[in-house]
Amino acid sequence: MEATSHAFKSNARHALEDAQLQRAMTKLGFREARAAAAARLPEFEELRDQGRDIKNHVLAHLDLYLERYEAELVKRGGQIHWCADAEEARRAVLAICRRLKAKTVTKGKSMVGEEIAINEFLEANGIAPVETDLGEYIIQLRHEPPSHIIAPAIHLTKDQISDSFFENHQRYGKSRRLEEASELMAEAREVLRAKFIAADVGITGANFLIAETGSSVIVTNEGNGDLTQNLTRAHIVLATPEKLVPTLEDATTLLRILARSATGQEFSVYTTFSTGPRRADDLDGPEEYHVVLVDNGRTRLLGTEFQEVLRCIRCGACMNHCPVYNAIGGHAYGWVYPGPIGAVLTPALVGVAEAHDLPNASTLCGRCESVCPVRIPLPKLLRHWREREFEAKIPPARARWALKLWAWLARRPALYRLATRVAMAFLGALGRRNGRFRSLPLAHGWTDGRDMPAPEGPTFQALWAARRGGKP
Amino acid sequence: MRVGLFVTCLVDLFRPSVGFAAVKLLEDAGCTVEVPRAQTCCGQPAYNSGDRKDAKPIARQVIESFAGYDAVVAPSGSCAGMIKIHYPELFRDEPEWERRARELASRTHELVSFLVDVLGVERVAASYRGSVTYHDSCSGLRELGVKAQPRKLLASVEGLTLKELPGAEVCCGFGGTFCIKYPEISTRIAAEKTKDIAATGAALLLAGDLGCLLNMAGKLKREGSRIEARHVAELLAGMTETPAIGERRSAAPEGPR
Repeated sequence: MEATSHAFKSNARHALEDAQLQRAMTKLGFREARAAAAARLPEFEELRDQGRDIKNHVLAHLDLYLERYEAELVKRGGQIHWCADAEEARRAVLAICRRLKAKTVTKGKSMVGEEIAINEFLEANGIAPVETDLGEYIIQLRHEPPSHIIAPAIHLTKDQISDSFFENHQRYGKSRRLEEASELMAEAREVLRAKFIAADVGITGANFLIAETGSSVIVTNEGNGDLTQNLTRAHIVLATPEKLVPTLEDATTLLRILARSATGQEFSVYTTFSTGPRRADDLDGPEEYHVVLVDNGRTRLLGTEFQEVLRCIRCGACMNHCPVYNAIGGHAYGWVYPGPIGAVLTPALVGVAEAHDLPNASTLCGRCESVCPVRIPLPKLLRHWREREFEAKIPPARARWALKLWAWLARRPALYRLATRVAMAFLGALGRRNGRFRSLPLAHGWTDGRDMPAPEGPTFQALWAARRGGKP
Repeated sequence: MRVGLFVTCLVDLFRPSVGFAAVKLLEDAGCTVEVPRAQTCCGQPAYNSGDRKDAKPIARQVIESFAGYDAVVAPSGSCAGMIKIHYPELFRDEPEWERRARELASRTHELVSFLVDVLGVERVAASYRGSVTYHDSCSGLRELGVKAQPRKLLASVEGLTLKELPGAEVCCGFGGTFCIKYPEISTRIAAEKTKDIAATGAALLLAGDLGCLLNMAGKLKREGSRIEARHVAELLAGMTETPAIGERRSAAPEGPR
């Protein structure tokens, strides 16, 4: 996917002015559900510690677990395709589709699929990809990227979805404009049912890869993933190396915190473990099982100050609880992953020059870290990106010099006291009458949307010195 | 107990009343309060901008100025959190300074949690007639666990009714330099906050951090709201006779009396 993160500021401005988006964002109701789910499970906090530790262990021994995973996968008849980047991954998928002469490919939800822009690539090569997750299906009709990692169409209102179905479903003989969510869902299901049956290849993502069994795991609420992978000749799993966990037991530990953190469900409606292709005595399943394992810049983060971001299990809790995400929605971030996790991942995967705004566009309020199921210290990682940016002189020279000047003054307490005493006396006198400023030179960023309370006038240091009978 | 007051730059510059309220609360609780002259700022603007090189000398200055006090107290969860949580991290590659940073961190506290958790203060002598609401500033809440302590002391204020703020744990949109780097987003977040504040019906907004208060009060005033805003220390110290944040200062000679 082409990044527009460099245009974050204008993206955000448009988002704030977009009345439909602002209305849609009020639907984001996962926060209360997560809190309730966490409160209902006494060991929830302990599970978060375990989740963190499992992921840390895997990341410390990734080579070992990758080899074990491959061996188990191959033993059970699966095939693995090691891909360094998006291009290699797209080629690997296309090669499988071509060999099977696939015309239609169904897709379960996959953020890696978005990352490598597999849909556009397949289309360009004459193969029709069909998204089968309802949210993904909606945004595919609208040619939009997802705006949330688990609720990709959260930025849309029901009316917008209704319009899209009305425009796109007439060719299936559906000519009534639908009003109810349940009707929209039923119609999508009916349209998609035919696609499932027609599909030659099914692509899903993976929430976890299990080293001891060579399995992949997906969670869905619609069951679309099961139909995608079982009704086709070949199941292709798009996954990245950090999805690995050592054992089935570890996967279940993480599953217990995944849905609770994401939607507040105890478990997703469907949790599907896939281990190799259909065996001789299996009733159903694909003839071929492929894992396209794409790195796309992740292992570069190992051993750096950003390694902890690779613990992410993609629940979306960080964005659900982020005041910035809630204000501007996901598209403003300009790439696949929005919110705090996106603000840490995007600079790593598409480059900090492209995504330099993202780590800065955070209040560092820390709510993301407080709800992260695997305790990723997101504010700390955002700050590390700011450090990299500062070292690379990416912030505007004016901002850097202002900071330097302030820091210079702050290291000279006597001069600082004098300068601030004069400045505050001036501002205090100026603002005395109204108690606040409606506009201030050099501070219009503040005063465009808020008043600036005026200082009381004297500084504390001056008053304290006077109280002690000393010189101010 | 000999306490070094870390005034914080915003209180020093914008609202000395908060500093004096902090002194009163500490003295009432039996502390001897001193204010080291060499303090300016905790260095957070540089640290959070990725400028560790400038943050370090400022942090060293704080570490040196506050050596020897039994406790270091700041009327801000954000600045106390900077010293307590982030100084050790800032010096992770300088063992001697890291040791000194950790030593300071172990003595550093946010004001209200210091009163309740360390000094065991159960009640204050203040009274206030009316309803207030309280915003939990992010750093104090999530870095230092300041949540129950201000509520405990507010409950002891005679005549006061606390109306809990829906979304009290949601950021107000201040975010330090964020508020000027991304003003439109910051203002939008603040607008959500003022909506919630207004919904409580309280006449007075309290919080433990002046940065957040300047932001929320500024937004309330821009919206024409009559809700006032103060640092929680002012109310707990019974010092509510000074004009609230962003209110006109009636002592102006040319102003109406």
